Amino acid sequence: MDQTNITVNGQRRPLNGASAHTTALDWLRGNRLIGAKEGCAEGECGACAVLVAQSDGDGGTMWTSVNSCLVPVAALDGQEVVTSEGLGTPENLHPVQEKLAIAGGSQCGYCTPGFVCSMAAEFYRRDRTPTADGAAHEDRVPADGAAQADSVPAACGASDGASEHGPNGFDLHSLSGNLCRCTGYRPIRDAAYSIGEPAADDTFAARRDRPAPEPVPTTLEAADGRFIRPATLADAVQLLAENPTAVPVAGSTDWGVEVNLRGRRAPLVIAIDRLPELGALEFGDDELEIGAGVSLSEAERVLDGRVPLLAELFPQFASRLIRNRATLGGNLGTGSPIGDAPPALLALGARVVLASVDGEREVELDEYFTGYRKTVRRPDELIRSIRIPLPLARVTAFHKIAKRRFDDISSVAIGFALDITDGIVTSARIGLGGVAATPLRARNTEAALVGKPWTEETARAAAAVLDSEGTPMSDHRASSSYRSAMLSQAMLKFFGQTSEELEVTV
Amino acid sequence: MSTLSQRPEVPVVGKPEPHESAAGHVTGAALYTDDIAISRADTLTAWPVQAPHAHALVKALRTEPALDVPGVVRVLTAADVPGVNDSGVRGDEPLFPTEVMYYGHAVCWVLGETQEAARLGAEAVEVDYQPLPSLITVPEAIEAGSYQGAHRITRRADADAALAAAPRVFSGVTEFSGQEHFYLETMASLAYYDEGGQLYIQAGTQHPSETQEIVAHVLGLSNNEVTVQCLRMGGGFGGKEMQPHGLAAIAAIGTKLTGRPVRLRLNRTQDMTMTGKRHGFYVTWQAGFDNDGKILALKATLTADGGWSLDLSEPVLARALCHLDNAYFIPALEADGRVAKTNKTSQTAFRGFGGPQGVFVIEDILGRCAPALGIDPADLRRRNFYTAGQSTPYGQPVRHPERMHDIWSQLLEDSGFAARSAQIEAFNASNPNLKRGLAMTPIKFGISFNVAAFNQAGALVLVYKDGSVLINHGGAEMGQGLHTKMLQVAATALGVERSAVRLAPTRTDKVPNTSATAASTGADLNGGAVKNACDQIQERMAVVAGGMLGVNPSDVRFSQGRVTGLGVFGKELTFAEVAQAAYMQRVQLSASGYYRTEGLHWDPEAWFGSPFKYFAYGAAATEVEVDGFTGAYRTRRVDIVHDVGDSLSPMIDIGQIEGGFVQGAGWLTLEDLRWDTSDGEGRGRLLTQAAGTYKLPSFSEMPEEFNVTLFDRAHEDGVIYGSKAVGEPPLMLAFSVREALRQAVGAFGPGGYEIELASPATPEAVFWALTEAKQLATPATATSASAPERAPVLSGS
Repeated sequence: MDQTNITVNGQRRPLNGASAHTTALDWLRGNRLIGAKEGCAEGECGACAVLVAQSDGDGGTMWTSVNSCLVPVAALDGQEVVTSEGLGTPENLHPVQEKLAIAGGSQCGYCTPGFVCSMAAEFYRRDRTPTADGAAHEDRVPADGAAQADSVPAACGASDGASEHGPNGFDLHSLSGNLCRCTGYRPIRDAAYSIGEPAADDTFAARRDRPAPEPVPTTLEAADGRFIRPATLADAVQLLAENPTAVPVAGSTDWGVEVNLRGRRAPLVIAIDRLPELGALEFGDDELEIGAGVSLSEAERVLDGRVPLLAELFPQFASRLIRNRATLGGNLGTGSPIGDAPPALLALGARVVLASVDGEREVELDEYFTGYRKTVRRPDELIRSIRIPLPLARVTAFHKIAKRRFDDISSVAIGFALDITDGIVTSARIGLGGVAATPLRARNTEAALVGKPWTEETARAAAAVLDSEGTPMSDHRASSSYRSAMLSQAMLKFFGQTSEELEVTV
Repeated sequence: MSTLSQRPEVPVVGKPEPHESAAGHVTGAALYTDDIAISRADTLTAWPVQAPHAHALVKALRTEPALDVPGVVRVLTAADVPGVNDSGVRGDEPLFPTEVMYYGHAVCWVLGETQEAARLGAEAVEVDYQPLPSLITVPEAIEAGSYQGAHRITRRADADAALAAAPRVFSGVTEFSGQEHFYLETMASLAYYDEGGQLYIQAGTQHPSETQEIVAHVLGLSNNEVTVQCLRMGGGFGGKEMQPHGLAAIAAIGTKLTGRPVRLRLNRTQDMTMTGKRHGFYVTWQAGFDNDGKILALKATLTADGGWSLDLSEPVLARALCHLDNAYFIPALEADGRVAKTNKTSQTAFRGFGGPQGVFVIEDILGRCAPALGIDPADLRRRNFYTAGQSTPYGQPVRHPERMHDIWSQLLEDSGFAARSAQIEAFNASNPNLKRGLAMTPIKFGISFNVAAFNQAGALVLVYKDGSVLINHGGAEMGQGLHTKMLQVAATALGVERSAVRLAPTRTDKVPNTSATAASTGADLNGGAVKNACDQIQERMAVVAGGMLGVNPSDVRFSQGRVTGLGVFGKELTFAEVAQAAYMQRVQLSASGYYRTEGLHWDPEAWFGSPFKYFAYGAAATEVEVDGFTGAYRTRRVDIVHDVGDSLSPMIDIGQIEGGFVQGAGWLTLEDLRWDTSDGEGRGRLLTQAAGTYKLPSFSEMPEEFNVTLFDRAHEDGVIYGSKAVGEPPLMLAFSVREALRQAVGAFGPGGYEIELASPATPEAVFWALTEAKQLATPATATSASAPERAPVLSGS
């Protein structure tokens, strides 16, 4: 335990005094690094954002913004962290800090260090490429509203990507997990869209050329429990077999909320996010395998649109800060009925690979969920990966219904995956979230589609069936009748979106 | 032009400047209360024991189990209160209650060596409750006749007779919920004994003087034994006007009993479940119009949801009643205002302070009735604007009504309103599933505290021998840029460079008896006081400089750090040289400044007078696009023309306008406070009690195009350097978002009907409204779906 340490702003600091459940935020603040703030303690506001040096998958390092309120500090053993204080000082501002300051991007200033870290991550993103003439930005303001009578609704479903990038290539989604209550965001956006390229002598930019720190096997024992980062999957499942109450944690974006808001503590927390066996991201001949330890951001980056349904899902899944830590494995592991990944993965026909000391087994995702937050996974099993069969269905969509477009929990989420040949629906898989105690397949609707021509009449008939799938309830997010209505509306909207494409392709 | 409003030739005010702490904000170097607290050794943490009942008697409180938890130092209970066990100004807020009045009410507090110890200690405290019947919703309170505070009626002419004679009469119920402040920095206090042995409190408070008074009163001390400092706040928005006091008192009791520093920082859920919010209202109304759309009469009953204690509910209600007219002349009005007492958090000040609730009513009426009247909503609004010579229903002459007309005309032009309206009509005609709406709404907002006594302020300005300047004033900085403006005011008034002036933290031992930084008055009041102090010093320095330059003191000019004499060529002094000379001549270089707002009077019994120094005006045009499948929408463009007088600090003012607008849009469209109204065990519990369930506007709600213009030629006589207050009025420009949504919803239907829209206008609310509009279009094909009642909600997530 004595050798545990974290490099913060270039300085090695011992972890002594930290317990198994101490968050990185509390640890930083306890070490008088008070730039990062607690705004919500559940990864919703981003006031706690800091930068972590993570592998870019190509031998170099990516400065990655994370919610320090959710990450157990022990998970950062051996890692490099940079906070707003480390980026610059009032006398010597970092370029991002300077842009934000002069643009009027801070009022009360409490959220600002978090914004700075999220913006800095985007500043250092290697594939951030300026548009030639800033056209992407200008596109937002059509000269003639009537002329661009776009029939594909932009207000829902997929994010309108073109409108959310600056002329400097800045992706506004990088700030989707940061809340500001004062400014109304316009000056922050202006600052973000005005940042340039790192200077030649920028040490943080230079750091990207060297490898990120390797994961360090860690054991931390304290009064509140143990935190262990095993070196291998074998060690991890052994630990799990010996400690059935242990909590396996990857990004800790869900567990961190339990710890902070509901005071949960576990006798043993096992970090699995950096296990090499959970890091797959491979296209095989007949399936795509995504390791359960792969962050959503990493999956988004590597898949690069090759699975259109997931490409639609990713930007709508929580925020960039969360996606930088959260994993598909974790989203399935919690068994939540309102996770966003299950409806998409159900539509893709995914299978779950479970590993234990006894070996591995593969479970169809639609047989994985057994009840409210209950699954077939045994306490001694880990989700090792998710397998998606290939080829993919050709006509897909992911619809998320929520109050807020960025970073909200679904009222209802629907994944559609259809194959349509010569105008006839030959296969249909529809995954639903938010309408029952578990995510589920809309099997009656699927049956109502297969073999039918993909026409408005079929879509309407299917919508009527979809309306009655599941048993949605009323809560503070939505009423049960809205949830039901959204199912049928999603089918109609899906038809509207796809029928146009069909006219072209069929 | 008054000397107060007159600017020198080269003023520092009026220049765009970023926030004075911007460099500290972006680097994390700027300190907030808890940053200071955790850096102090030996600090204890306080943690509440919150009751799990909406209404109950505390039958027994066993604190011993908490003391067995390692690290727990003490449990604070009513027995520990040295002075008065009450944290309110009305004597209705026991700090340690024997009767739990809302779900989450803190019954005692645990002090621990660490936060973890205090938290576990609080879990260990055993409390026996005897549950009592509770009232959660306003209709329940009305049914039970549960009210608190004064019942107010505002009346002009005979509204009943005017309604009876009106050609067109509409009636309805308008119900809208409150709003959580969600300042990013939750409530925080730190108490300790300072080097001089006095009780020192660092707190996030908009009203340091009242925090000082309440702490003194709870601890049985006199005010001079307690000093409160507010370095800065991570947002306030009114939420820190009243409610930090009791929390600071808890920390102070802890310090008194243990001798150690005590920090109290609510986490987000504690803050949301324990502290007050914007008042929701339940309103019934009748409105009469003539055939040209002129309002003839309005009759309304407004019931504010006050929560469990009175707090600021009476003045909030007063401001609502004083803003029912918004920018419109209503010849006959009768409005009845009451504060319901419910078993919820004690609702309190929130940016606009009742004004938004009053404006809501009239804007809702106009937006709803316009289609039925067959008049374009923007035109309907303009037709009813005040004109010269008219007065408000409470008797205040409306000064500068022409500004409202000018602002409206400018906005029509700047926003390209007519052309875009036509484009939208074409767009809507060709898009069955996507509709756009473009709406304009005005704001007229009265500036000053309704209570005349609050309209005063003090400042302390120190000039040192080297010519550097240090200012103190009574206003608190919560992000609104008050300190930036005060630095600019002081530099302008003394005639020095902005860089020569520093500002020291707001403290009750520097400037006493201050008013809350509230009601948008921070810059007006404290600016007046800072300038007054600077004027005194400059007057004395002018005598010294006059002697040095050989001119009459009245011919000395101070500008940009240089001191010159009229008609004196080739000789100029620096401000520092004059300061040094003044010291040598034993001339006082410091001054205490004071300001009181002139010309205010208000009779709350007769509901008559001129409570406001002036009105701030503005208007906004908002375009939205609504998805007919889901009710989801986005804000495509917002144009604002707003009157801030001659701006003291344009970048700050634009920031306030934009931020206020988006915060208002959040209240009206997104932020959804839900309480458990069921009869189950969770009755009265706030269901949306964290950031995961209570959603603020994020980047996705920001208007895609956002143009803010400060109204030109807007000098306001009699106010600091010709400026106007800006904090609250722009929030109410967000009604344009709600009205644009209503118009887009209406475009799904046949037109000509009243369009009702629930509040907040979430995607679900918009969906039900447009579903209803569609059903009006094709009554034969009613869909199976219809809007549910706001059903009791049972689950937590």
